[in-house]
Amino acid sequence: MDLTFTQEQDELRKVVRSFLAKYSDEAAVRRLAADPKGHDDLLWHRMAGELGLQGLAVPEEYGGSGFGYVDIGIVFEEAGRALLCGPYFATVALAAEALLRCDDEQARRDLLPGIASGGTVATLALTEDTGRWDEPGIRLTAHDTASGWQLTGTKTYVPDGHLADLLLVAARTPAGVSLFAVDAADAPGLARTPLPTLDQTRKQARLEFADTPARLLGTEGTAWPALRRTLATASVLLAAEQVGGAAAALDAAVDYAGIRVQYGRPIGSFQGIKHKCADMLTDIESARSAAYGGLWALDAGDETEIAVAAALAHVFCSEAFTRVAGDNIQVHGGIGFTWEHPAHLYFKRAKSSEALLGPPSYHRELLAARLGI
Amino acid sequence: MELDFGPAVRDFRDELRDWLADHLVGEFAGHRGVGGPTDGAAWEVRLAWDRELSAGNWLGVGWPGEYGGRGLGLLEEIVFEYEYARVNAPYRATVNALDLLGPMLLKVGAEEQKKRFLPPILAVEELWGQGFSEPGAGSDLASVRTRAEREGEQWVVSGQKVWTSFGIHADWLYVLARTDPDSVRHKGLTMLLLPTDQPGVEIRPIRNLAGQDEFAEVFLSDARTGADMVVGEVGQGWRTAMATLGIERGTTLLPQQLTFEREAEALIDRARERGALDDPMLRRQIIDAWISVRIMRTTNLRTIAELTAGRTPGAQATTAKLYASTRHQQLGHLAQELAGPAGQIVGEDYGLDTRQRSFLLSLAETIYGGSSEIQRNIIGEQVLGLPKEPRP
Repeated sequence: MDLTFTQEQDELRKVVRSFLAKYSDEAAVRRLAADPKGHDDLLWHRMAGELGLQGLAVPEEYGGSGFGYVDIGIVFEEAGRALLCGPYFATVALAAEALLRCDDEQARRDLLPGIASGGTVATLALTEDTGRWDEPGIRLTAHDTASGWQLTGTKTYVPDGHLADLLLVAARTPAGVSLFAVDAADAPGLARTPLPTLDQTRKQARLEFADTPARLLGTEGTAWPALRRTLATASVLLAAEQVGGAAAALDAAVDYAGIRVQYGRPIGSFQGIKHKCADMLTDIESARSAAYGGLWALDAGDETEIAVAAALAHVFCSEAFTRVAGDNIQVHGGIGFTWEHPAHLYFKRAKSSEALLGPPSYHRELLAARLGI
Repeated sequence: MELDFGPAVRDFRDELRDWLADHLVGEFAGHRGVGGPTDGAAWEVRLAWDRELSAGNWLGVGWPGEYGGRGLGLLEEIVFEYEYARVNAPYRATVNALDLLGPMLLKVGAEEQKKRFLPPILAVEELWGQGFSEPGAGSDLASVRTRAEREGEQWVVSGQKVWTSFGIHADWLYVLARTDPDSVRHKGLTMLLLPTDQPGVEIRPIRNLAGQDEFAEVFLSDARTGADMVVGEVGQGWRTAMATLGIERGTTLLPQQLTFEREAEALIDRARERGALDDPMLRRQIIDAWISVRIMRTTNLRTIAELTAGRTPGAQATTAKLYASTRHQQLGHLAQELAGPAGQIVGEDYGLDTRQRSFLLSLAETIYGGSSEIQRNIIGEQVLGLPKEPRP
């Protein structure tokens, strides 16, 4: 196993970073944050057309380019740095991954090429009113009718659920948890409500299903292990995104500490500020280890290691990003507390990321269970 | 994640594993886990163990064959440290010369110095002490006041050194001295090799808070050494010292981190026995302790991977010490809490068990090798590029 980045991976990072610096700058982020839809079609198609980002980790047989998780992790790290708005996480980290993990070759052939090409925006609808990301949290029911499967119930806090073309829905049948695909464009009985979010850079929606027709993916009642694995992968990719966001927050703090003068000196020359920045970097480098450890585990494919590394990455990177983004506000002082300054955008993204896929306390217990603690 | 560098290195690893299994027995096996960077306990046994290693040609794995080493590469050195730590072998009594002086001589020493000093290090015939720090100076190495004056073919050295690791056993010291009396800070310093067996050198042990004579204070009054005992250039001692400290950072955290992992596992076992895992507050701390040792491991693997790929290690190589030292102290506090009242009882003659010793000695980890405050300054100024503090 190669535990360092290759030249090609360095190059990928460079290309993605300069692309996002151009198309996901602060103005673009603010525009999309203020927009209830929060999605820029043109940017989405550029991501797919110019860089192939949606299909990077999708195997070639399904229309992607078949890169590894370390590569896709680099993209998420850069997306986090740029505070990229839109359904990239929902589509790539959740939906594409769920399709890859579910036992349904035909569904993969039908649905993954659209994702890879950028033609399909997709998401995973798992959480309900309890906000739980575990198996007992799945209550929405699916029933088999003469005309096929239908879903009834509510999903909420669904990332980008208001605009996704394709919904992958976790539902309960008499046989257990099952995964369904819903074509959201013309689904009867589907009502979608965007939810105003604390972090405006990451949108969520409430979805009401009333006898909505759906396609069963794989075998009825066997979806939970695939979903659990999907959530582990998503935790690692989210951790990479968190590392990027934290790194951007530290860069901002360091820049400001270098130019802001108080008592006749740049504030970064005072140990109170300098040491805070050093602690922020230590947090970030430790978080990098947590996230990269997860990416290596995913590429190596060892299931036990993946479960451990993913839970660890979610716990550590969530808390590290929140600390660093909070410290960035402190380093900036009063200006960092204003709406006009971008510091709060990172802080809010950190808090929404911490809650996404379940809070750190939940992932600590997942880790403990894996370790036999 | 395990380290694997291909078949040649695997053969080396297997040879080492076999050798350790055959030789780390009897008296030596009883000293598994004994020692640490700041631990002078069980000196004679540790010295005998170093001689055993020397006889097996395991000291100086990366040093050139002409000086008694094995002439192998960085990969083998890393594997050696890793396997050595994996079996919890005693901390090497010669580690100071192996990790600091030897690499310094290899890097900037004169050929005659290499020939003269390197083989006796590997044969465990001459022991070395480090003479950098001075009273009142702490991490500020540039405030050196020990002076050396040239007198014919000799240097005459006077001053005081402190925190001299392995000082009471040292046959030789490597000393940073001011050779230009008008110089300030890091200019005008020279690195000198100085024999201890002379009237001008007095070495007194200093007892540390764990009750061990681990380091010493050294009084130099007109101590003498030859003109050919300058390492590097006269007046360039600062550069020589910094090169040495840079070497120290390289791979030395790896064995330490394996020890921390072992401590974390022991802590979890202890918590399980005591039923402490059901206590939500303890539970959270225990899981976080496990997370932190795993992060240390991954951070070290990142650095090693970069070093072995010929890349310059990233910022994690600089933050690793700050993270590890801080988290290890927290691990020690937690271990003591889980030990309950028994954690407060020691053996005869202030005899500490492994946990107590490691906990108490961890208090030094945020001081030696540059305190955490110095580390934060280095990270802030050299890695992040923040403006320097105004200095006099």
